[in-house]
Amino acid sequence: MKKLWFIFILIMIVGCKTDTKMNPENGDINQINEAEKPFVETYTYETLKPLLNKSDDKTYVVNFWATWCKPCVEELPAFEKLHKLYAGKNVTVILVSLDFPNQIESRLIPFMIENNLKSKVIAMVDTDHNSWIPKVDESWSGAIPATLIYNKNKRTFYEQSLTYKQLEQEVTNFLKTK
Amino acid sequence: MKTLKVYVLLAAVGLLAAFTSKPTNDGYDVGNYATDFNLKNIDGKMVSLSNFKNAKGFIIIFTCNTCPYSIAYEDRITALDKMYKDKGFPVIAINPNDPKAIKGDDLKDMQQRAKEKGFTFPYLQDLGQKIYPQYGATRTPHVYILSKDKKGNKVAYIGAIDNNFSDAAAVTERYVEDAVNALLDNKLPKVTNTKAIGCTIKKLK
Repeated sequence: MKKLWFIFILIMIVGCKTDTKMNPENGDINQINEAEKPFVETYTYETLKPLLNKSDDKTYVVNFWATWCKPCVEELPAFEKLHKLYAGKNVTVILVSLDFPNQIESRLIPFMIENNLKSKVIAMVDTDHNSWIPKVDESWSGAIPATLIYNKNKRTFYEQSLTYKQLEQEVTNFLKTK
Repeated sequence: MKTLKVYVLLAAVGLLAAFTSKPTNDGYDVGNYATDFNLKNIDGKMVSLSNFKNAKGFIIIFTCNTCPYSIAYEDRITALDKMYKDKGFPVIAINPNDPKAIKGDDLKDMQQRAKEKGFTFPYLQDLGQKIYPQYGATRTPHVYILSKDKKGNKVAYIGAIDNNFSDAAAVTERYVEDAVNALLDNKLPKVTNTKAIGCTIKKLK
């Protein structure tokens, strides 16, 4: 019975979605797109720093990536899954895009729409890399993907790709430290 | 008993995770002597550091065709070669990517790119990926400046080319130029290590 309900709801949701997309007469489709267009805040190290050093009860998973970085794009679904399953468990995923500052509108935002990214995406546009990379983590060579997981008690930096399994395991360890 | 098993399992997983998440920091530090190599150039000839009898040192740049950061620096790399080749510090570019792991980085692609951009320096392929791990390169572009002495080629600088990848006109720190100028002056570079965002070196999984 439960299953049936689920399928019913699913059909409703899918149905609604196709409805708005398929019937442009219902409204100006361009307007809808403009309203749904994600807004990406740009950061320098000064404004990013507080995000990397919060001392509330949450565990933060901060992934450094870019649309042009193949291994980064390959691991994005793992972060999206984490966001989906752990957002309610005091875990915040932040995707820090390192796309070129002049490609935020032309590449990053279209990529976010196309892949329907649900995690928070911000753009780091501080081009003086050497001034801030060591401040994120002393061990970071600058290669991406790279991920910082932290909460008020624990902090670990991963200069590597992460699978969902690894990510979940690491986050579970962090949740235990609270 | 069951709970104990679970704990042991958790501990094992935790331990494994701790080990796998450890970054590999092998490779050269400034002051180490760098290995020579014998790698294929885009003209088909093999190139070694020992071929350059008159060089005072080298600007070794791990770079590739496909990384946007490498592409952003192509003209600046050519400019460095033109500026320092005759002074004894030629640029040697090495593509560390496994061409099987990424499209666009095999020898033919490299030849084409070099022709299009008018590369004035050797552009070698680290086929088999034996060289970049010895240097400790992790990304493209990643620069190693070597200074030749009686014992070999000593690493004098590791890091980025300058401090603004996206706008050459807005650069305020020219790390590689400063380091080579210091070496030409028989001094040690003031800045010996810098970091920059780059593309991971591509290898087959």
